[in-house]
Amino acid sequence: MRLVRFLAVVTVMVSGALLGSGCGNSRAKASDPIAVPSGPMTELAKQVPGRIKGAGASFPDAFYQEAVAGLRQVATKLSVTYEAVGSAAGREAFGQGLSDFAGTDSLVGEDDPIAAGTFRYIPTVAASIAVVVNLPGVTDLRLTPEALAGIFQGDIGRWNDPAITASNPGQELPDREIVVARRADGSGTTKNFTRYLDRAADNWRLGGDDTVEWPSHTQGGQQNSGVAQIVIDTAGAIGYVDYGNAAQLGLTMAAIRNRAGRFVAPSIAATQAAIDSSELTEELTYDPLDAPGADAYPITAPTYLLVRSSYDDATTGRAVVTFVRWLVTEAADTYAADLGFAPLPERFRTAALSALDQIQIDPR
Amino acid sequence: MTATALPPEAPSDLTSSDKGAVADRAFSGAALGAGVAILAILGLIAWATISKAWPAFAEQGFGFLTVDRWAPSQDVFGALSMVYGTFVVSAIALLASVPVSIGIALFTTEVAPRRMRSAITLVVDLLAAVPSVVYGLWGVLFVAPSVTPLFHSISNVVGDWPLLGSLFGGGGGSGRSFLTAGLILALMITPIITSVTREVLATVPRGEKDAALALGATRWEMIRGAVLPHSFGGMVGATMLGLGRAMGETIAVALTIGSSFQITTELFESGAAMPSTIALEWGESSGQHRAALIGLGVVLFAATIAVNSGARAIVARAERRMRGA
Repeated sequence: MRLVRFLAVVTVMVSGALLGSGCGNSRAKASDPIAVPSGPMTELAKQVPGRIKGAGASFPDAFYQEAVAGLRQVATKLSVTYEAVGSAAGREAFGQGLSDFAGTDSLVGEDDPIAAGTFRYIPTVAASIAVVVNLPGVTDLRLTPEALAGIFQGDIGRWNDPAITASNPGQELPDREIVVARRADGSGTTKNFTRYLDRAADNWRLGGDDTVEWPSHTQGGQQNSGVAQIVIDTAGAIGYVDYGNAAQLGLTMAAIRNRAGRFVAPSIAATQAAIDSSELTEELTYDPLDAPGADAYPITAPTYLLVRSSYDDATTGRAVVTFVRWLVTEAADTYAADLGFAPLPERFRTAALSALDQIQIDPR
Repeated sequence: MTATALPPEAPSDLTSSDKGAVADRAFSGAALGAGVAILAILGLIAWATISKAWPAFAEQGFGFLTVDRWAPSQDVFGALSMVYGTFVVSAIALLASVPVSIGIALFTTEVAPRRMRSAITLVVDLLAAVPSVVYGLWGVLFVAPSVTPLFHSISNVVGDWPLLGSLFGGGGGSGRSFLTAGLILALMITPIITSVTREVLATVPRGEKDAALALGATRWEMIRGAVLPHSFGGMVGATMLGLGRAMGETIAVALTIGSSFQITTELFESGAAMPSTIALEWGESSGQHRAALIGLGVVLFAATIAVNSGARAIVARAERRMRGA
């Protein structure tokens, strides 16, 4: 068991180090076949020719890559590439016209070279950020947002602290030092995790950003797999990683108390509950962090594609619209859940599809 | 058409046939071009990085070098903890690596039987061929978890002692620390120090060694009296090459140092180094943060130049002393 897990981590880390992506992959071996998508959107994608490229967020990269690889099997005329260069770099490239679409976890800001009104947000999938622990003998741990904040900023140093035991009645927690594992690199996962704590826990002092001023005793790991590695190796460790990585490595995930007062462990269903109970704006953005739903997992993060409101080149425009339509519907149904991402609920999909209908494609 | 005293072909043979002159000029031009190009490239790199880093330098002033707080979300950028981290990690690497490297080099040149010599040389050179990311992954997947219990037991014993306590007390965690990164770096720079030292030792004149042995010196006395003084300058040069590599090493340190921005004497604590921070934070940086990361590169560049000039001065002095003796 330990050896298998060790090898899994080695594989993920080596591929992460080589490809610059920290995300896992549901297929155990590269030779395992990719699921073949099907449905009306897929049929449409087979007809449309084009060569489009996008760049941006690494958070949804595992899903996008799997979808693109699946599409390649059936649609020979449509070629799509996606580079996980990071949200900020992706928006920059999109603004400079270097890419046809961009992936981003956060909204377009003032620093970005993108004029308002020239683009649209299309929400694609969402995923939870799991709080993973390594406590021998403990498989089911409940944490309040305040306890989580206390642990990660160093106020709570031992596992049998009253702030933790209070929410775990009948559970014997060891008198062991807590080792905090966090991202060493700048990351959207850190941003969403700390933004959640900033919103849900009054005692959180470190703010919410891609990198925050972690206390000096915390341990930095590179990318999701680096944090997971610290947690696996260190008894008493706690860290945060994307749900897909945590599930793939079989790590123990803590249940977090949500806004409705219930302790919810991360899962696809709990992620969907969080999306479902959040407000969709006119612009098609939403914020599922600390969502009010009773079954919602509170640390859930959205991700979007940016597409242009009008495309000068008709072939490119039609290819982008066709690809994104397929991505949010049949691709999401086929690939997302296996990789730890939640497909969007129906009303989000409808809104996304009608937004795509409004994109102007110059028929010259 | 008056006959001159000199035969006409003599000067053309030695200096100035037309073809030779062209080739000469072309060669000296090409060589000059290469020499100037490297200076120009270096100058352009320095100019480009400094101008890109300028927003951060202008905003932070001297604080960039004297403040130990690095808080991208607050736009506070002080590189002191990373300068310190780079220094400590490189110092650990040199302390661990130099004696071993010189030992290996002496063993292969003076002590080992011929057949063993080439085997050892081969293995040491193979170490140099391992990519640094592999050292880093080995460090983070194997070394760090293995040394964690060791770190704990050492700090339990010496934690309260006066001097050792401040070096080896505290820390632990997951084994990502100054010491872990330093020891992995030591392994990485051993091949380069060893092979340069070996080359230097091979230049010691046979006659001097034979003379020492003929005077009744033991092998160690011969090494101490004839080999080491002769090769001191070269060994310093080898060490500086290793130091240069240690200071600039990025990915192996990024994986094993733990990325905490703190200044502490406790070697089991995690820290941060300049190149590793650039690599880790670059992807999601913009504005001031990005300028500050480039600024780290400028500081590293300056530190490397300082170390190299220092090394040159030491070597030059040692050689003067050698010649004087």
